[in-house]
Amino acid sequence: MSRAVRFAPLALLLLVVAALIWRLATPADTSVHSKLEGKPVPAFDLGPALDAKPPLSSRDLATGGPRIVNIFASWCVPCIGEVKVLRQLQARGVAIDGIAVRDRPEDLAAFLQVNGDPYERIGGDPQSQVQISLGSSGVPESFVIDGKGIVRYQHIGPIEPADVPLILAKLEQAR
Amino acid sequence: MKRVAILVAFLSAQPLLADSNLPPAYWADRQLPDPRDEAKAQALMDELRCLVCQGQSIADSDAELAGDMRDLVRRRIAAGEKPSAIRSWLIQRYGTWISYKPTAEPAAWPLWLAPLALLLIGAWLIRRRIKR
Repeated sequence: MSRAVRFAPLALLLLVVAALIWRLATPADTSVHSKLEGKPVPAFDLGPALDAKPPLSSRDLATGGPRIVNIFASWCVPCIGEVKVLRQLQARGVAIDGIAVRDRPEDLAAFLQVNGDPYERIGGDPQSQVQISLGSSGVPESFVIDGKGIVRYQHIGPIEPADVPLILAKLEQAR
Repeated sequence: MKRVAILVAFLSAQPLLADSNLPPAYWADRQLPDPRDEAKAQALMDELRCLVCQGQSIADSDAELAGDMRDLVRRRIAAGEKPSAIRSWLIQRYGTWISYKPTAEPAAWPLWLAPLALLLIGAWLIRRRIKR
């Protein structure tokens, strides 16, 4: 057996170890991106999530100007922090609608009272059906929709203060 | 005294819940009345990937979203929709990622060619042995 062949298993082992270290150091992106970017919002018609707010249907999204659809829930902890950022966006004139996933009216009312209410409309999605039809895989997620009702951008996870310039740029592009 | 206080604090602590307060969807954990429909739904659910516990099928996952997807699959099967139509509806939204069934895309070619390559290597090894 030649020397090179004898060291082949060791070289293979080192290669595997190097690959494992590389993947541990830079983990793969496990977020699932919606394939609906660039496509129209699927037709939906949600009932009101609570009595005090108008409900949301896909027709309410094609209004001539860009909007944000925020998928959230009162039981979602990161959503508490995100609402503050959404209120800042609303104060800058951004139109925001909400889809409340698996929520109860009384929980949602308490959530909005404590954290503020940046939403024009809120649709209740008690069995995540509209969330699934949008290709969303969790809360919170946000979609930028243009004036014709086309999905332009999906933001996975909460919109942090640092994401505001990105969101405003995406809204401008959707204008 | 301090130990007792710590013990009481541990016992009275509530877990931070990351799930909703709503019960599972109606068809999430319930079999369809028609056994043939249920078999079709089960076969499809075994091949759909859970969005939360990635690596599990929605049939295996306890995540709420997986329950809602099982509800979606069973309701559509009961309404007469074909499993392949439901699968492609989900692929339109989440990409081929959502389905465990391998496709014929170029990315999957090594998967299909691997058995052939292994057979050829095996034949070559056997030929060497016989010759010796």
